Amino acid sequence: MSNIELVFPEIFISLSIMFLLILGVFKKNSSKIIQNVSLLILLITAVITFNETLSDKQITLFNESVIIDYLSSFMKIVTLLAAFIVLLISSNYLRTFKIFKIEYPILILSSVLGMMIMISSNDLIVFYMGLELQSLALYVLASFDRDKLKSSEAGLKYFVLSALSSGLLLYGCSLIYGFTGSTNFNVIANQFNTNEYAITFGIVFVLVGLAFKISAVPFHMWAPDVYEGSPTSVTLFFTIVPKIAALTVFIRFLFVPFLNLIEQWQMILVFLSIASMLFGAIAAIGQKNLKRLIAYSSISHVGYALAGLATGSNDGIQSSVIYITIYIIMNLGFFSCLLMMKRNNVYYEQIDDLSGLSKNHPMLSLSLLIILFSLAGIPPLAGFFAKFYIFKSVIEQSMYFLAIVGLLATVVAAFYYLRIIKIMYFDKEKESYDKDHSLWLKFSLTFSTLIILLYFIFPSQLVDAVSKINII
Amino acid sequence: MNFPILSSLILLPLIGAVFLFFTKSRNENNITLKYVALFTSLVNFFLSIYLWFLFDQTTSEFQFVEDRIWIEGLINYKVGVDGISILFIILTTFITPLCIISVNNSISDRLNEFLIAILIMETFMIGVFCSLDLVVFYLFFEAGLIPMFLIIGIWGGSRRVYSAFKFFLFTLLGSVLMLVAIISIYWITGTTDVVKLYEIGVDTKYQNLLWLAFFSSFAVKTPMWPVHTWLPDAHVEAPTAGSVLLAAILLKMAGYGFIRFSLGLFPTASEVFTPLIYTLSVIAIIFTSLIALMQEDMKKLIAYSSVAHMGFVTLGIFTIQQQGIEGSIIQMISHGLVSAALFLCVGVVYDRMHSRLINTYGGIVSIVPKYSVLFMIFTLAALGLPGTSGFVGEFLILMAAFKDNFLVAVLASLGVIIGAAYMLWLYKRVIFGKLINSDLNKMIDLNKSEIFILSCLAIPTLYFGFYPDPLINTIEVSISDLIDNYNFNIVSKP
Repeated sequence: MSNIELVFPEIFISLSIMFLLILGVFKKNSSKIIQNVSLLILLITAVITFNETLSDKQITLFNESVIIDYLSSFMKIVTLLAAFIVLLISSNYLRTFKIFKIEYPILILSSVLGMMIMISSNDLIVFYMGLELQSLALYVLASFDRDKLKSSEAGLKYFVLSALSSGLLLYGCSLIYGFTGSTNFNVIANQFNTNEYAITFGIVFVLVGLAFKISAVPFHMWAPDVYEGSPTSVTLFFTIVPKIAALTVFIRFLFVPFLNLIEQWQMILVFLSIASMLFGAIAAIGQKNLKRLIAYSSISHVGYALAGLATGSNDGIQSSVIYITIYIIMNLGFFSCLLMMKRNNVYYEQIDDLSGLSKNHPMLSLSLLIILFSLAGIPPLAGFFAKFYIFKSVIEQSMYFLAIVGLLATVVAAFYYLRIIKIMYFDKEKESYDKDHSLWLKFSLTFSTLIILLYFIFPSQLVDAVSKINII
Repeated sequence: MNFPILSSLILLPLIGAVFLFFTKSRNENNITLKYVALFTSLVNFFLSIYLWFLFDQTTSEFQFVEDRIWIEGLINYKVGVDGISILFIILTTFITPLCIISVNNSISDRLNEFLIAILIMETFMIGVFCSLDLVVFYLFFEAGLIPMFLIIGIWGGSRRVYSAFKFFLFTLLGSVLMLVAIISIYWITGTTDVVKLYEIGVDTKYQNLLWLAFFSSFAVKTPMWPVHTWLPDAHVEAPTAGSVLLAAILLKMAGYGFIRFSLGLFPTASEVFTPLIYTLSVIAIIFTSLIALMQEDMKKLIAYSSVAHMGFVTLGIFTIQQQGIEGSIIQMISHGLVSAALFLCVGVVYDRMHSRLINTYGGIVSIVPKYSVLFMIFTLAALGLPGTSGFVGEFLILMAAFKDNFLVAVLASLGVIIGAAYMLWLYKRVIFGKLINSDLNKMIDLNKSEIFILSCLAIPTLYFGFYPDPLINTIEVSISDLIDNYNFNIVSKP
């Protein structure tokens, strides 16, 4: 137990959660304090993770059931920072709906804890525990605005379907355990017999469960409804933070124990990827609600991230990580815009509400324009580079079909992003929105827009940071 | 040569655009904004003339090369010019200030943003012509879509939304395949540096597919028949300055791409696909000329004539002879000047009468004599009258085509005749005839700035028509080297 400091971030965050819960019980009207303390905790945890664990070494703890390596540390920091910004910009929204309660930051902290456990897991049981911890917190978050029918519906829908997928996942785990005799990734990697078909079944079930969590087609049905029904700040959380953890588990689960079975799972991933890219792009065309639209858009983006994994190469993993990082920044910017569309304490979220935005809010619409072109993958914005790395790794493995389908899907996707731009810039203006946004909201929008816009000046930094990820 | 002259050319308009962006004067100081933009683009123009002055015409090596690491071990930011690209850079820097001068009261709304879009467009266009790395080229090539989409969509005519979408999606669809090809080249050869690729060459067995992928992008952009349909829409709906940029420079990107990449990188495949290009070019020349004959909208007519002229360009490029390629480049420069001028001419009457239909006009020769004279010069240049730059290009292309394939050349010559027919008929219907529409009496002749712009375009048109040597001297060595390299590859790798 000499390496206990490596799990110090998790320990710190779980102790903080308990402390905050007690604080919330004994102190009246403490939601503002708890919000600020939670922000501080997230930041401190990120700093601890950065200082203590970010290194090239790979260390396993607790009978090899927890793994600390560069991938896990990197993903944890991204998760923590993303959660930090989400929490930072959501307070005004919550106040407007009178749901600015102590539970909100605590639930976010708990789900972040679950994700950190998932990211570090090297064992099916640890992984499942982390997954359930984050999911339980997410169910409650989805129905956080409980007086609204849609929010409760979103929570219930998410709970029922997610429980189903967890069941499938658990069944897959039990199959794998049954035929290899262990739940530990490293042990499984050394022990199993490649001719055992039951293991393939197990992998498929686990993949189905994971695909559900990151809403890849055909397990995406919950996403549009849940994204639309949940409070916008929770939707923001949904679209970015859980995806990081699920992607990490995807990487770890496929590449550590089952790399030898690559011909079995590669096909599945290629299918998931193609289906997500195409379906996400086509289904988004008809949407009228921005949150639903971004749900489909995130389905399609997940498809690109999976395309990187489908290559089965280290380059592919790195490109997926780059992709998801840039995707997070773009989505943060997009939702910052969405949270600014407020007039007289009402938030607007239909696409038509953006009509003529460029007349009344030139800066807001310019930022949104940049973000949308970036989501569409037009150079020289960051979104293009994200796609470029993915296709670079895909073509390296001579998977031309996947690359061409993916690029054609970007053309289809460009259509609906252009449609939003058209409504903002070419249509008649409506009443203007409030302009007194919180400083943090403005900061988050400016920050993400500038990164997207200026990424091409320093493209090497992110690549360097990711290039230390070495799984295979 | 320590001064990074090419990067300055690329960055200057961008700096001007950023400066404009932070200039808060909205409505009162329109003139100031215009002067800022004009000043930036003029500085750029003189810088590019200086570049031409420094340019060494006796070598086909790339000059003024700048090479910096951009993404470690993957992409280098590499720019440089040779005889082929330098003329396009000068064309770009020459047309942009004229575009900015031509912006008048017709764009009163969001003038600041319009000027920013034009300047950013200039950055990207210059970038396309001097990038020596495939990825950098792709970046500039695609990035141009964003400002152009906005120019058409925000300041365009009544069907602007449809046209802007069509323009964007057509071009994007063509280009994504080129991206696949570029990444494939990286994995096949290990580099995307054009100069290195010229040396090592691309393996013959991959060339056909790669050529087709590049072709899909350039064919849409040129545009070649049958993917030309976005062009008339985009031209008609774009504001005058947008049409000018589109016709004068954007279309040339593809012609330049054909010479630089299709011929330079994939000689074997170019040899294989020459019949395809010939067929499509001849169809484009004859078919779109016939369509142009029947147009009632002046801008549409000129747009279709652009397609026909670009048909000559592709025909000339793939004759793969000295005259053919020289002719193509001169034709592109000439078309850049002439089509820009023709769109400006249409813009002039549109600003006064708010109609682009030919039958609105007629008999205006005595009302607007100066306009009629200048319009005539450009009409004659468009149909390739000897003494105008249009003639030199077409003549060289046809000469090369006759050497290579008699039938194609005959058919293309037929296109020249139809071209003369539709241009002269257009001129006759607009300028001569009886004055039917009494509103036309109120038309005012060209003002000073319009005369200035059109004369600026007319002088080089006539000058290069009589004396094309400055152009030919600049491109000669680069092209002969390109052809030697091409023939060497064809012979050595059958």
